[in-house]
Amino acid sequence: MRGVRRAPGIAGAGSRGPVSQASLLRLYHRFRALDRNKKGYLSRMDLQQIGALAVNPLGERIIDSFFPDGNLRLDFPGFVRVLAHFRPIDDEDPGIRDPKEPEPLNSRMNKLRFAFQLYDLDRDGKISRHEMLQVLRLMVGVQVTEEQLESIADRTVQEADEDGDGAVSFLEFTKSLEKMDIEQKMSIRILK
Amino acid sequence: MTYRVGEAHSMGFQVFVPFSPWSWLLLLVALKCPEASSDLNESTNSTAQREPNVRFAAAGSEPDEKISVFALDYDYVQIPYEVTLWILLASLAKIGFHLYHRLPGLMPESCLLIIVGALVGAIIFGTDHKSPPVMDSSIYFLYLLPPIVLEGGYFMPTRPFFENIGSILWWAGLGALINAFGIGLSLYLICQIKAFGLSDVNLLQNLLFGSLISAVDPVAVLAVFEEARVNEPLYMMIFGEALLNDGISVVLYNILIAFTKMHKFEDIEPVDILAGCARFVIVGVGGVFFGVIFGFISAFITRFTQNISAIEPLIVFMFSYLSYLAAETLYLSGILAITACAVTMKKYVEENVSQTSYTTIKYFMKMLSSVSETLIFIFMGVSTVGKNHEWNWAFICFTLVFCQIWRAISVFALFYVSNQFRTFPFSIKDQCIIFYSGVRGAGSFSLAFLLPLSLFPRKKMFVTATLVVIYFTVFIQGITIGPLVRYLDVKKTNKKESINEELHIRLMDHLKAGIEDVCGHWSHYQVRDKFKKFDHRYLRKILIRKNQPKSSIVSLYKKLEMKQAIEMVETGILSTAAFSVPCQAQRIHRIKRLSPEDVESMRDILTRNMYQVRQRTLSYNKYNLKPQTSEKQAKEILIRRQNTLRESMRKGHSLPWGKPAGTKNIRYLSFPYGRPQPAGRDTRVAELTDNDSSDSELPSIMFKAHSRAGILQESRLTQEIIPMKSLPRGGKPSHFGYQRNTSQEEHDGRGRRGALRPKPLFHAVDEEFESGEESGEETSAIRSRWSGEHRPTRQHHRSHSPLLQRK
Repeated sequence: MRGVRRAPGIAGAGSRGPVSQASLLRLYHRFRALDRNKKGYLSRMDLQQIGALAVNPLGERIIDSFFPDGNLRLDFPGFVRVLAHFRPIDDEDPGIRDPKEPEPLNSRMNKLRFAFQLYDLDRDGKISRHEMLQVLRLMVGVQVTEEQLESIADRTVQEADEDGDGAVSFLEFTKSLEKMDIEQKMSIRILK
Repeated sequence: MTYRVGEAHSMGFQVFVPFSPWSWLLLLVALKCPEASSDLNESTNSTAQREPNVRFAAAGSEPDEKISVFALDYDYVQIPYEVTLWILLASLAKIGFHLYHRLPGLMPESCLLIIVGALVGAIIFGTDHKSPPVMDSSIYFLYLLPPIVLEGGYFMPTRPFFENIGSILWWAGLGALINAFGIGLSLYLICQIKAFGLSDVNLLQNLLFGSLISAVDPVAVLAVFEEARVNEPLYMMIFGEALLNDGISVVLYNILIAFTKMHKFEDIEPVDILAGCARFVIVGVGGVFFGVIFGFISAFITRFTQNISAIEPLIVFMFSYLSYLAAETLYLSGILAITACAVTMKKYVEENVSQTSYTTIKYFMKMLSSVSETLIFIFMGVSTVGKNHEWNWAFICFTLVFCQIWRAISVFALFYVSNQFRTFPFSIKDQCIIFYSGVRGAGSFSLAFLLPLSLFPRKKMFVTATLVVIYFTVFIQGITIGPLVRYLDVKKTNKKESINEELHIRLMDHLKAGIEDVCGHWSHYQVRDKFKKFDHRYLRKILIRKNQPKSSIVSLYKKLEMKQAIEMVETGILSTAAFSVPCQAQRIHRIKRLSPEDVESMRDILTRNMYQVRQRTLSYNKYNLKPQTSEKQAKEILIRRQNTLRESMRKGHSLPWGKPAGTKNIRYLSFPYGRPQPAGRDTRVAELTDNDSSDSELPSIMFKAHSRAGILQESRLTQEIIPMKSLPRGGKPSHFGYQRNTSQEEHDGRGRRGALRPKPLFHAVDEEFESGEESGEETSAIRSRWSGEHRPTRQHHRSHSPLLQRK
């Protein structure tokens, strides 16, 4: 277990590491618990067997976000890397961060980027109207008609789209959410 | 949800008033007639008693009365009749209360019950009717109290409870003690002040009063701020406190009554006090011990009941009740016993009993506890409106004040200490919520009402004070706690968010819930793991039935799917008539100027229809079982997911490229959609239908149910559900809606193109699809849809040839 901390990728960005030591240990236990066949890595199936994810409308997409670039295996550093996005932001030492180091994974920008990727499936850096519509479909009950959904998707893109290309780029996305308290919405206490 | 406005408050009352006049009328009539007849009976009885001999003689010889065709014998049924009327009345009021959907979020349901009780009391007082003796000591402790406690114990979520058990015991136990003694002592000091005329109330009586007034019922307000989604530990603290508080108050109450019955106050020695403390501990622990034993016994017995599942609820209830009675026999705490019994047996019983028994148990428990509580509140109302009050300004005001002060002291002091030991300390906000949720309920009133008059000459004053505290806390605190929690939650409730923000917020909430689920629950590992191991190795083997068919879950799921599919078709969600969609392509280029009303209605649609984020805590509502919406939502999501999963598994079937549309019939299996142009679409549908009926396989039935109707829909559902492999027999491929893209003609024209469409499903051909970009809307829709949704790995492709062969 000690080696985990020094495993490649775990060191993470910044001197503080992606998550705290205590959380790391717990995440490791959780990783082991999820890995039913003791393979040493997680497959999609393992995550799909988390019952609660099955009734989450975005369950599949969340699982997909753990397997970027079509990987089939999720190792522990990768697991931690994704979860590190949800660490609460420390208010303590804003000034200490070395500007040369890459941004910590749980910065506001990176959190937003993570959320953005849930929409942008084809990874073209933009949320097209269809991608918006897909997400809407996933999140709305069956009684809403297709037309209504389309108009809502239209409107959503229209509201955020500033350069008129019919799609929402990442910058436009961040801009539309500038008033939101993202840090709190996308932080999980237990990862502190 | 994001807009709570206060005017709902005033409108709510208009709603359930219509119900009430009918009930009042009914009640008045019901009471008046029996009034009259009971007087009549009185007089006839009295005359009869004066001359019993004459009566008997008369009966012997010849009856001097005719046999009356219609007679009224109200006395015979009076008690059950009135009790039933009361319960019905409360139920009608509850129906009215829930009709206006915002009202339950504004005030706790106990408010409603109290109002109903007060009204009944007013009626009874007004008609000078003697109310039935519902409440005396034995009836309360033997019949009314156990169901309430049982329900609390049964519905408690065990995992969070045991995770926080240290804090809960510390807070509930010590808190109750601090409150009781604090309030008692302060009131005693007040009583010493001669000016208030209270000097005859001695210390013991004050302590007793303190112990009964500190019995809080915070669960009653849980429903009010449920929507603010308080975090789990906070929820558990409130729940745990409610659970243990009753037990502790009753134990204290009994001990102090015993003290009072003993010699005079001056004779009490330190030995007695120590004995009292020891008794307190023994009573508590002993009760829990009894409860656990009975819990295991009943779990063990349910192991053998698979052939007579009708008695399963009976076993559960009888054993719980038995644990209560057995503990009471030995002067141990029955409340703690029944709570421990419920907690222990819940886990095993739930696995052993049949699904219907489980539902029965849940509902029956709710029903029993609700009846008990209703009766208590109504009785409280009856005794409110009456002549037996003694109003003493000083006592009552100071009681109110001290209740709040001591609760604040106990909350902040105890939590300060326990925060030192917790991994996730409670914030000041949480503590404020806990402080403010100290709402008194039926428990305090009952204990006050049952004070023996002989020992408490000023009982009426105590009752009045208790009533005032209850009314105050329930109404004022109960109604204001909702806004307070929302305010503390720093939710921007009044600001109208744009549609963008709403959508994104909901997405993030779902995302957060999902990631939390991935992280799982973190707790004190060692203890929990050890218990789990012990549980698995020994307990489960003994207590749980063997040969539990795992497939029961699977078959249940399939039944769910099929049932839902059938319902959907029948309710017209999948009706073919709804088809006609304007051409897709023009939409995107036309930037519509939307009026504010449109935006408003869109926002409305979103708010009402977006799926709720899954509550990680078991949300507990004291008066109701969780409504079906979350189950419905879960079903929809599950079905959709199932379909996409199956779809993705089927992606492996490759459609040979370049085959003209006509030949795709044969290979329909290999790709999920693409249907030759439905000139005779309707007939084809009919044919499909016929074929469907012969199919016995559950999943495919569902698919067919969808495919049959779901060809060209606007309904969103089909886009999710339809694209499963439908297995129409006889080589008729089902056509999966290219959703809005298709009008008939368009579709005809694109028949061939349609054959190519499924292509993007397959990983292997993703890249080829990219080149097909120029077709515009539809393809990109499908591409983003499929490539996004189905990224399963290549290995899935190959593994599914067996499925292919099957057909």
